[in-house]
Amino acid sequence: MMTTPTLIRNIREKMKSQEQYKEQVTGTPGKRFTRHLVLCIVGVVMLYPLLWMLSSSVKPSADIFSDPGLWPANWDFTNYVQGWTALNQPFHVYIINSMIIVILSIVGNIFSCALAAYAFARMNFTGRKLFFALMLGTLMLPGHVLLVPQYIIFSELGWLNTYLPLIVPNFLATNAFFIFLMVQFMKSLPSELDDAAVIDGCGPFQTFWRVILPLCVPAMATTAIFTFIATWNEFFGPLLYIQSQDLYTVPLALRAFMDSEGQSMWGPMFAMSVVSLAPIIGFFIAGQKYLISGIATTGLK
Amino acid sequence: MTVLAKDSRQTIPPTMSTEALIPGRRSKKPRGKGPNQKSAYVFLLPWFIGMLFTIIPFFASLYLSFTDYNLLEAPNWIGLDNFKEMMTDSRLASSLEVTFVYTFVSVPISLMAALAVALVLNQGIRGLPIYRSVFYLPSLLGGSVAIVMLWRYIFGYEGIVNKALAVVGIQGPSWVSDPDFALNTLIVLNVWTFGAPMVIFLAGLRQVPTMYYEAASIDGASAIRKFFSITLPLMSPIIFFNLIMQLIGSFQTFTQGYVMSNGTGGPADSTLFYNLYLYQKGFTEFEMGYASAMAWLLLLIIGVFTAINFVAAKFWVFYDN
Repeated sequence: MMTTPTLIRNIREKMKSQEQYKEQVTGTPGKRFTRHLVLCIVGVVMLYPLLWMLSSSVKPSADIFSDPGLWPANWDFTNYVQGWTALNQPFHVYIINSMIIVILSIVGNIFSCALAAYAFARMNFTGRKLFFALMLGTLMLPGHVLLVPQYIIFSELGWLNTYLPLIVPNFLATNAFFIFLMVQFMKSLPSELDDAAVIDGCGPFQTFWRVILPLCVPAMATTAIFTFIATWNEFFGPLLYIQSQDLYTVPLALRAFMDSEGQSMWGPMFAMSVVSLAPIIGFFIAGQKYLISGIATTGLK
Repeated sequence: MTVLAKDSRQTIPPTMSTEALIPGRRSKKPRGKGPNQKSAYVFLLPWFIGMLFTIIPFFASLYLSFTDYNLLEAPNWIGLDNFKEMMTDSRLASSLEVTFVYTFVSVPISLMAALAVALVLNQGIRGLPIYRSVFYLPSLLGGSVAIVMLWRYIFGYEGIVNKALAVVGIQGPSWVSDPDFALNTLIVLNVWTFGAPMVIFLAGLRQVPTMYYEAASIDGASAIRKFFSITLPLMSPIIFFNLIMQLIGSFQTFTQGYVMSNGTGGPADSTLFYNLYLYQKGFTEFEMGYASAMAWLLLLIIGVFTAINFVAAKFWVFYDN
């Protein structure tokens, strides 16, 4: 019988070896060239809007539509200065507001979904199948069906115009997608781990905390990145629950630019749009391994 | 729902096999019932509370759909009046049309694009991670306010689309403020986000055993024949999964319509998505009973389409167990 730490080490090594995947290149040189050409054209067309926005954000407003090139003829960073102060509050207030919601949502999702997933994946209890089916059912349930009663509940609790309706549900494992993701992951860990942990004297909570959870870092990273992107982008929830401008999140603040539309505001608006997308692109680049493996496993099962 | 439940039993990130780790022992189900029972419920406690916040609102909204609730006064039971009103509500009809057109045009196109690009990428190509990232990135951004606002300018009268058309001598319309074209710009936006299903297709293609293709090659099968006889059948469960998820997602589109029209659903209700109209009814006109009834109609519609898909799946989805 191997000891628990040895088992954990073996699994870690196995995980690592799977990440190394060498691509096999096939086809004649001509075929390969055509493939690259087609993919590059599609890629450039897809990225063009983003690059255009980035370039417009550093052009003087007058040039945005007259100078169609991606490389600005005249560089002008005043859009960023103007955009930062164009609204009711300086833009960093909205960024901080969004960060508060994002960070607490990540903590809540990881904590509550990992707990639920552990029970579903590695414990046997009466009603497991029923609850699991119920959980998968909520995955497909259109959120708007619950909208009105949830709004009433939150308003009765006095939570309107606070972040609580946006944060608290994440601590209650309401995001079935992440439970599902973690269940998939935990099921792939060998059951001998639990046995070894029990022999080493762990109860269920210690097994979870000291053995399973440390091995679930990839699944937790996937959850964190998905939660970050979804919460950072979220528009409907804040639109519904937040009224005060000083509590606005980044998407609400961006939308407020539309109320002050006019040629002169385009540059600042693009500048702040770039600011709002930068963290997503940053997290994407940093964590794309987890994102892509996460989205792939949920689709494949 | 059933497909998920069914598949989850044979769950296995195929990449990890436990046998390899511990020679001589096969994994068996551990976890006897008994001592763990109580602690399992403790682990599930947050989820149970969360389910209360789902199940109670679920039935409450069903009840409210038969009332005239307006947030200020207690709800009065009005029977089927909301549903009768919905039958003659012309904005509701047009919001359904907008949502259907959007869904049934953009979902097939983006799934086909996703599969096509995944097939090209799967042929073995240098720089695969870079291409995959480039194509996947837009699907993370597609729902953000910044991108929808960007779309308004790209497809505006002076936007880059018209600039490009002008090069070939065509004067394009002001796409976003023309009721005939506004929805199309959002369809383009949705197709732009084909990267998410593409990543799933790509992972699926990886699992098709190469020996099938080798055997087919020996038998002299053409590339097209291999696609229709091997790839397509083996990929059908994944196509089906993507189809269901994309349909459900696009029936619930909100942000795109809201931002494109600054909340109105215009021009001439051409971007009035179903959920946008529901929001207007419930949270600007405070007809919450009516909004609840609309939500249940949407649930019904999604349920019917999902059921149709599951029935149809028997004829085209191939499960290789």
